Amino acid sequence: MTLKETPSQTAGPYVHIGCTPNVTGITSVYRADPGATMKTGPVKGREITVTGAVHDGMGQVLRDAMVEIWQADGDGLFRSAQETRGDADPNFTGWGRSAGDMDTGEFRFETVMPGAVPTADGRMQAPHITFWIVARGINTGLQTRMYFPDEAAANDADPLLARIEHRARVATLIARRDGAEAYRFDIYLQGPDETVFLDI
Amino acid sequence: MADTPRLAGYIARDAGQHPAALHPAYKTSVKRSPQAALLSFPSGPGEETGPVFGHDMLGPLDHDLIHNFAADGRSAIGPRIVVQGRVIDQSGRPVPGALLEVWQANAGGRYRHKKEGYLAPLDPDFGGCGRVITDAEGRYEFRTVQPGPYPWPNGVNDWRPAHIHFSVFGAGFAQRLITQMYFEGDPLIWRCPIVGAIADPEAVRRLIAPLDMDRSLPMDARAYSFDIVLRGRRQTLFENRMEGL
Repeated sequence: MTLKETPSQTAGPYVHIGCTPNVTGITSVYRADPGATMKTGPVKGREITVTGAVHDGMGQVLRDAMVEIWQADGDGLFRSAQETRGDADPNFTGWGRSAGDMDTGEFRFETVMPGAVPTADGRMQAPHITFWIVARGINTGLQTRMYFPDEAAANDADPLLARIEHRARVATLIARRDGAEAYRFDIYLQGPDETVFLDI
Repeated sequence: MADTPRLAGYIARDAGQHPAALHPAYKTSVKRSPQAALLSFPSGPGEETGPVFGHDMLGPLDHDLIHNFAADGRSAIGPRIVVQGRVIDQSGRPVPGALLEVWQANAGGRYRHKKEGYLAPLDPDFGGCGRVITDAEGRYEFRTVQPGPYPWPNGVNDWRPAHIHFSVFGAGFAQRLITQMYFEGDPLIWRCPIVGAIADPEAVRRLIAPLDMDRSLPMDARAYSFDIVLRGRRQTLFENRMEGL
């Protein structure tokens, strides 16, 4: 007998109290907010910056979202007890969390270019970063992926991108270049540019 | 690809157990809900793995919201409670090492957040955040004060039931969950549009923590029990069945 999963509820407008308390001014409880730093020493691979914002169905930027990312290291390995393919970079956590700027809503991650990771049945996927977005008004956290504009051949062969029926929507998962080692990824919750969200 | 793990993947989320993305009575959901269907894809290494949190990240009072923001010798004002339970997966197996982060209003329903303007006062000895990591049996426990209900600008006279927010990490990122715990017997639960986004009353009942007198601390704190079920893995086809149901 399989149990039912605990239902989700919105993270609400004050998610930052629990998840990034230092950002909200509660500075005496935790030394540092979890996920604030993804690099704990010299890392393997290309160091990159990822910025962006989350937009609602009226095109307005959310200033109360919390965004988390999860990704492989420069060699395509995850820093996780569940990783069975090898040892990931010990100086890279793979996980980042951003409350976004409280005034502009911009999130920012200092991370590394992820290596390619296979699917469970062994097909190669293009390099990507998993995003998870929660906020007031979002009842269940939304998962999506960011792919890279300079990996066109790998993106063309990516099994998940190939599953997107409406081909014009593939572009919603591809970041744009925003400088030498910087990428910008804007997420649209609703409307004509709506980002593809995943049930994975 | 001989080294590629043959992962069975996670059981698909049952949308009927979760709130609808669009629930117009919860007004903010109207412009923050996707209109296109979610894209389904089998989970793989990126979903079966997740960040590792060690007990070394925890401070000695991280699980004690009565004291972790209070001045020396002082404590938060309000009904003192213990909240405890287990984190298990859909197969009933414990999830050890799960990070739980909680946040809540104070006993008067006031959050310590710069964007919150409710006229109920802050408690100078209450911050409202805490965290724990589950033990080998998936158990967790923290101490806090029971939060108060608070009004919010949704309907003209909407009040949230008393609740504690939970953020949960399982072993894999696809298990990531944020939810809210409510308190047994609160008449506001069934009037709340955020709760009402969950269509199935049985699913709502699983967010309501019963009073647990057996775990209460006499002359100190009452206890509430809240078990959390994270996504389980599909039954594997492989012979060792280590990850099967």
